[in-house]
Amino acid sequence: MAEFFSSNLGIFLIIVGQVLLMTAFVMISLLVLVYADRKIWAAVQMRRGPNVVGPWGALQTVADAAKYVFKEIVIPAGADKTVFMLAPLVGFILSMIAWAVIPFSETLVLSNLNVAVLYIFAVSSLEVYGVIMGGWASNSKYPFLGALRSAAQMISYEVSIGFIIVGVILSTGSLSLVDIVMAQKGDYGFFNWYWLPHFPMVFLFFISALAETNRPPFDLPEAESELVAGYQVEYSSTPFLLYMAGEYIAIWLMCALTSILFFGGWLSPIPGIPDSPLWLVGKMGFFFFMFAMVKSIVPRYRYDQLMRLGWKVFLPLSLGWIVLVAFFAQYGAFGGAYARWVVGG
Amino acid sequence: MGFTVIAFYLFAFTAVASGLLVVLSRNPVHSVLWLILTFFSAAGLFVLMGAEYVAMLLAIVYVGAVAVLFLFVVMMLDVDFVELRSGLSKYLPLGLLIGALLLMELGLIFGHWNFAEDAQALRAAVTPDMAETHNTIALGKLIYTDYIYMFQASGMILLVAMIGAIVLTLRHRKDVKRQVIADQILRDPKDAMELKDVKSGQGL
Repeated sequence: MAEFFSSNLGIFLIIVGQVLLMTAFVMISLLVLVYADRKIWAAVQMRRGPNVVGPWGALQTVADAAKYVFKEIVIPAGADKTVFMLAPLVGFILSMIAWAVIPFSETLVLSNLNVAVLYIFAVSSLEVYGVIMGGWASNSKYPFLGALRSAAQMISYEVSIGFIIVGVILSTGSLSLVDIVMAQKGDYGFFNWYWLPHFPMVFLFFISALAETNRPPFDLPEAESELVAGYQVEYSSTPFLLYMAGEYIAIWLMCALTSILFFGGWLSPIPGIPDSPLWLVGKMGFFFFMFAMVKSIVPRYRYDQLMRLGWKVFLPLSLGWIVLVAFFAQYGAFGGAYARWVVGG
Repeated sequence: MGFTVIAFYLFAFTAVASGLLVVLSRNPVHSVLWLILTFFSAAGLFVLMGAEYVAMLLAIVYVGAVAVLFLFVVMMLDVDFVELRSGLSKYLPLGLLIGALLLMELGLIFGHWNFAEDAQALRAAVTPDMAETHNTIALGKLIYTDYIYMFQASGMILLVAMIGAIVLTLRHRKDVKRQVIADQILRDPKDAMELKDVKSGQGL
């Protein structure tokens, strides 16, 4: 048996199994997330939210997904059919493949790439194609305008997300997510994590993540009251479901990234309690709760305000922070809190 | 046939085929999409060569930024394809001639491809031992220690080019109203508001 699993076919089967396991995790959490999002939103507005299908309405998401799948797919007459159908697939698949490098413990990771951060950054910079392709292929003015707005927004905030991550990389001296988490391990638990030395950047990262995933208050691409639904206007049925699922998976990924980069991933906050992947899932759940709260209590930004915030506030701040971190790391300021180099620096 | 061999042929075939389709497809937006696929397969080839860092940069810079700009520009253009293709038969011989010349020149170069001994030695002198270090770290050390001046110089050139592009398109318009965020934030409620105690039924 052991021999079979070290042969080519065996290794292939193991990898397929691992990928399926990860996919199952993401899909199940997707069901929970959409339900939780609606419940939290409803609770803030003093409504009851979904409460009919299943116990406490918990199966509402399953019912919705089934409904989407059984609806008719409408393709506009002037649309570019291939690109039109390809666009939601691109959006969905790209948000799925980023999970390949997310570590749940030191060994529990699909692929411990040594350029994992760059990989995630590359994948998330590709996600903009799902939006542009969808908007263009619909061959209609409103989706196209929505796509342009959305693309501009995603590109703008990717820049500041990139710079914020560079600060963390400077402190760690490695591009691997496992190394980044291990660099946050220490005797003080919670206070060893990067949120403390990189304090202002945690907020910048969270806000940029909101903008990057098109969540309220930055949901301008699909602002219902102004734009119909941005680039998704012409989409119905399963393609729309794919866009929707891709969006939530991207949000979940951003929650995972926030936990890993600034909040110690799977490390336990209190010294003495063992580290476990459950910590990571718990932290991700907390950040998703924050995402949902922001959605329900913050009013939507205007488009020029969004662009100003991205380019004139976040970009200089994060750029200045990199210079500061570089100095702190080089001269070992604050007891070397900024220089936890795991490779010979 | 190992996995890497299959992956290599997959990426290589995709790169060549989508490269061809960039030229052959009738719709320029499709061309750019094929171009993106070409970049992507090239990144895959880099990964197979063990140069993950270069592969990721290719994906981020070319696919994530440059190709998006291409796509934006191409989508905005209103190109008449019938007119573009009308002179095809007239220009085809000239195009073929230029293509043949280029191919011949490339063939001549590759036929006599050899490095000077010094050039090889120079390259070997700075390359760290790959068994000890990792290519991302090696690249970082090379660029930021041995070649720091050249790296800074190329950065300066890019900066100058960027400033030039901005200066060329910058227009100061005096006749438009602009929002000054700082003024809005610095406004004091005392100067802007006046509270009046209105008795009911009287009005101001």
